[in-house]
Amino acid sequence: MVEAHLNVAQDAPGTSEADNPRESLVVHFGPDKPLKLDAGVELSPFQIAYKTYGTLNSARSNAVLICHALTGDHHVASVHPVTKKNGWWETMVGPGRPIDTERYFVICANVVGACMGTTGPASTNPKTGKPWGLEFPVITIRDMVRAQAMLLDHLGIGTLFAVAGGSMGGMQVLQWAASYPERVFAALPVACATRHSAQNIAFHEVGRQAIMADPEWRGGRYLIENTNPRRGLAVARMGAHITYLSDAALHRKFGRKFQDRENPTFSFDADFEVESYLRHQGISFVERFDANSYLYLTRAMDYFDLAADYDGILANAFKNSPTRICVVSFTSDWLFPTSESRAIVHALNASGARVSFAEIVTDKGHDAFLLDEPELFAIVRGFLDGAAHARGLKVAP
Amino acid sequence: MTLLARPPQQREANTNRMPGSARVDLLVVSQMVDHGARVLDVGCGDGELLKILTETKDVDGRGIEISREGVNQCVAKGLAVIQGDADTDLADYPDDAFDYVILSQTLQATWQPRQVLEHMLRIGHFAIVSFPNFGHWKIRLKLLFLGRMPRTDNLPDTWYDTPNIHFCTIRDFRQLCDEIGAEIETAVALNAWGARLRINVPWWFWNLFGEQAVFRLSRGR
Repeated sequence: MVEAHLNVAQDAPGTSEADNPRESLVVHFGPDKPLKLDAGVELSPFQIAYKTYGTLNSARSNAVLICHALTGDHHVASVHPVTKKNGWWETMVGPGRPIDTERYFVICANVVGACMGTTGPASTNPKTGKPWGLEFPVITIRDMVRAQAMLLDHLGIGTLFAVAGGSMGGMQVLQWAASYPERVFAALPVACATRHSAQNIAFHEVGRQAIMADPEWRGGRYLIENTNPRRGLAVARMGAHITYLSDAALHRKFGRKFQDRENPTFSFDADFEVESYLRHQGISFVERFDANSYLYLTRAMDYFDLAADYDGILANAFKNSPTRICVVSFTSDWLFPTSESRAIVHALNASGARVSFAEIVTDKGHDAFLLDEPELFAIVRGFLDGAAHARGLKVAP
Repeated sequence: MTLLARPPQQREANTNRMPGSARVDLLVVSQMVDHGARVLDVGCGDGELLKILTETKDVDGRGIEISREGVNQCVAKGLAVIQGDADTDLADYPDDAFDYVILSQTLQATWQPRQVLEHMLRIGHFAIVSFPNFGHWKIRLKLLFLGRMPRTDNLPDTWYDTPNIHFCTIRDFRQLCDEIGAEIETAVALNAWGARLRINVPWWFWNLFGEQAVFRLSRGR
């Protein structure tokens, strides 16, 4: 059986990281400050885990919010407490990097519904003393952004100099520009769309079904029943990971090469390098991610349809927007193809917003936004320099 | 189709450069723009003109450029530029979105010059158009005596690989302005060295000796 070869570690993140995140700042919002959710209920009390890098200037005008993607977290530019790997966007964020922490005060918060310290389905439900599981309300991209706005209020930051992110992070960036135009000076949505396509919803559904088909999922009660749907979550990750790459990138990286063998074994072992790679991706993901969080966050992306909130007219979402926006897409990204970014640009043009749009040639697929793409770095640096100049921030020499 | 913002040879030409290495026709264009105006540069290339306008006229500038390299260079310079096509993407812009819409050395490379021009005057209060004059005496002589499609220092491409599919003369352009009801506010002709031709000469003289022309148009009444 294929499953037998997914030798997934037995330790799941569980509630410990969800309730008491390591290497993180945590802000608690009590009953007086509930998070009003699109689902029509309030989440209260709740907490947000976040990290900051750099120094907030005296005018409080140099804050940059980074929004993380589906399986990301707030450890954007520092070692991850669970995996011990470097931050997921260290090529982009840090001293001397395009989002330069020597100039900007960078904030990144774990989104609501995630599992790395901000309240989500793996967190303890204060009413029951047990993990939320599926009792946790369904959340949306707008809920995530609302929570981030509460964090900024807590930090005393009125207007962000910039908000940036890719994929689900890019959706949050667009939502920020639509919901709080006066609070965002510059916005950088990368490799994203204003709505999730039918194909993308379909991929997500496959992932969710993989999790729910795992008998250890136990109707979402695995943390209470001390099981863990590792295989289901690993399979979900494997499927999703393919969509983050491209045919060309897979071919370049693996081709039809065998893994540690000369000939096929005539079994269902991982003969091919690409199989071995995917299994590794699945297994290592399970160590750091909660299966229910995966359900909730994919759902939030599925529900995202910015135009729907504005009578179906996307341009109305950005009407009279003072925000400078730079949209970036990648040629080989088939999850969020360039046509989706073009739709954003058309809407922004129609609303008279100050928009830039660049498409970057790469065969690395959707994941290109996380990788070493010098052209992306040059564009982000140039866009932020131009915005910093307009904002009256000191520009690097 | 590659819609070059301006023929490549002009980017390298040194003869018509002024101190600060900006091209003369760009300076002529920039002189026609008011301080602090909202400007859309259609076919903005690597953003040279937008940069001049931003630095010297403090304009709120945007650009459209068809080549990916050009766009990415512009964005990396901090300019608000999108990848797009003058022939198809101007329709997305609302009326009166800009004070000036500029088309610098791009008109002859569009599929529908008339529609492009009409859109420019719909989107902006003024349109500024610069283009190579196909009525220049050298071009006329080449066609007359050699009997072949003229190639000049300014327009060196062969007929089969030129991006310039809709050449016109200064006279032709004036007629198009008449047809679409555009008012010619200012017109400047430049000689081969980028110097302005004397103002008080008849149109036929410009059409013969102007190698490039720059027009500032407004909507007619």
